[in-house]
Amino acid sequence: MSLVTPDSGLLIWMTLIFGVVFFLLAKFGFPIITKSVEKRNDSIKESIRKAEEAEARIRNLADEQESLLLKTQKEQRAIIQEATAMRDRIVEAAQEQAREEAQRIVAKAETEINIEKEKALRDIRQKVALLSIKVSEKVLRQQFEGDDDAQIQYLRKVVDELADPSKSNNF
Amino acid sequence: MRYLRYILLSFVCMMLTFPLRAEKAAVADTVVSAGDVVADEQAESDVDISEVIFGHVEDSYEWHITDVGDRSIAIPLPVIVKSHNSGWQVFSSHHLEHGSYKGLYIAPEGSKYENKIVEEVDGEVVRPFDLSITKNVLSLMISSLLLLVIVLMTARWYNNHDPEKEAPAGIAGVMEPVVMMVHEMARENIGEKDFRRFSPYLCMAFLFILLNNFIGIIPFFPGGANVTGNIAVTLVLALFTFFTVHIFGSKHYYEEMFNPDVPVFLKPVMPLIEVFSAIMKPISLTIRLFANMLAGHIQILSVVCVIFIMAKYGPLLFGSMSVVSVLFGVFLDVLEMLISFIQAYVFTVLSSIYIGMAREGAHD
Repeated sequence: MSLVTPDSGLLIWMTLIFGVVFFLLAKFGFPIITKSVEKRNDSIKESIRKAEEAEARIRNLADEQESLLLKTQKEQRAIIQEATAMRDRIVEAAQEQAREEAQRIVAKAETEINIEKEKALRDIRQKVALLSIKVSEKVLRQQFEGDDDAQIQYLRKVVDELADPSKSNNF
Repeated sequence: MRYLRYILLSFVCMMLTFPLRAEKAAVADTVVSAGDVVADEQAESDVDISEVIFGHVEDSYEWHITDVGDRSIAIPLPVIVKSHNSGWQVFSSHHLEHGSYKGLYIAPEGSKYENKIVEEVDGEVVRPFDLSITKNVLSLMISSLLLLVIVLMTARWYNNHDPEKEAPAGIAGVMEPVVMMVHEMARENIGEKDFRRFSPYLCMAFLFILLNNFIGIIPFFPGGANVTGNIAVTLVLALFTFFTVHIFGSKHYYEEMFNPDVPVFLKPVMPLIEVFSAIMKPISLTIRLFANMLAGHIQILSVVCVIFIMAKYGPLLFGSMSVVSVLFGVFLDVLEMLISFIQAYVFTVLSSIYIGMAREGAHD
């Protein structure tokens, strides 16, 4: 029966001891522990949050960098393209100019050559005409040495022939 | 593990002798029963066992440690009583070993105040007001001192170190998870707003019960006292919870209790039920912890006592049963450690739930 009857002395002692220990520990024990640990928990949470933020920032930075790089590359390509185009244009223009120049020179040379040729031909013709007159003079002189009749006759015949080109078979 | 089969084999061999031994014992019984000697012995031994067990689980005025031969070695404890005849009396309990001292004596078995100090006033046996430092009180003091030292050392670690830069080490490493477990339990059950007010009480209750449970399992001084298996101790713990609940109970809580939102014909019944359940809660807390711890102690002691019961059945049975009861004892000790934790946890969880229920609606 004594097992289930609370003993008054033990009740009092238990209340006293538990109360005193509880008072001491509630003042100097548990709050210090729990506060410290909660502070640490908070700081860990804060650190994790900061780390995540930093990571996000770094990721953004990397993205920015990449986009910048892409932009730069695009610009570079555009510039190179433009430069190539300009070069091509310049080269083409130069070629065009050179061709025109060359044509002009060639044309000029041709005309000069033609003029010279004409001149030369005229010269040659003149010389040949003179030469043939001389030759025919010499030939005629030899043929008609001393014979004036024959000479006149022939003259007439030539004059006729010259007057009527259909009768002539030479020249 | 490889010895296991040899052990099992020897067990089986020993078990085989059981029927044989039993027969012999039966024969011996019938033979000597005429002389009543064995019967007396048997009766005496039975009484011994229950006395041993209850002597261990009950409170006492001295701390019995062991017997050497016929001499019992015990630590005498101070007896502090206020006698009706002679006022306050303080003396060592060894005076009570041999009968009465200054009119005070320990009530014999079978009387109303068995094993308690009594006195006679006008021919009637009465209990004086008894504030003795009994075995349980001394054990309480030792465990409380230990608890104080442990927790204050832990707190000192946090004072001397920067917990944001250092991992808890030493005693702080052991105590932090336990304290924080209770702290988080309080947060869960009481609510974010004011659980910090109640968390120290819950930590205290948990560690107090756990420590006393563990110390109770240790079989020799300064352990072995059945503190948490004593109804006075658990009653005080439950009353602390009860008063915490009802002192800090919110208006909403009391409204629910005395003027709940129910149909009119239930209005007079509900407060009765509510008050009854409020009173039943600490009683159930008291009895749950007390009965569990008491039963654990009795179980372990019973299994150990099997050895002494078997002593008279011959060496073979005695030897084999000793091994069995030691194995059972180890098993029960381990089980008891589990139960120590579970009971401390259950008490704390229920306390926190009761407080949480009483705090409901305190912030609206």
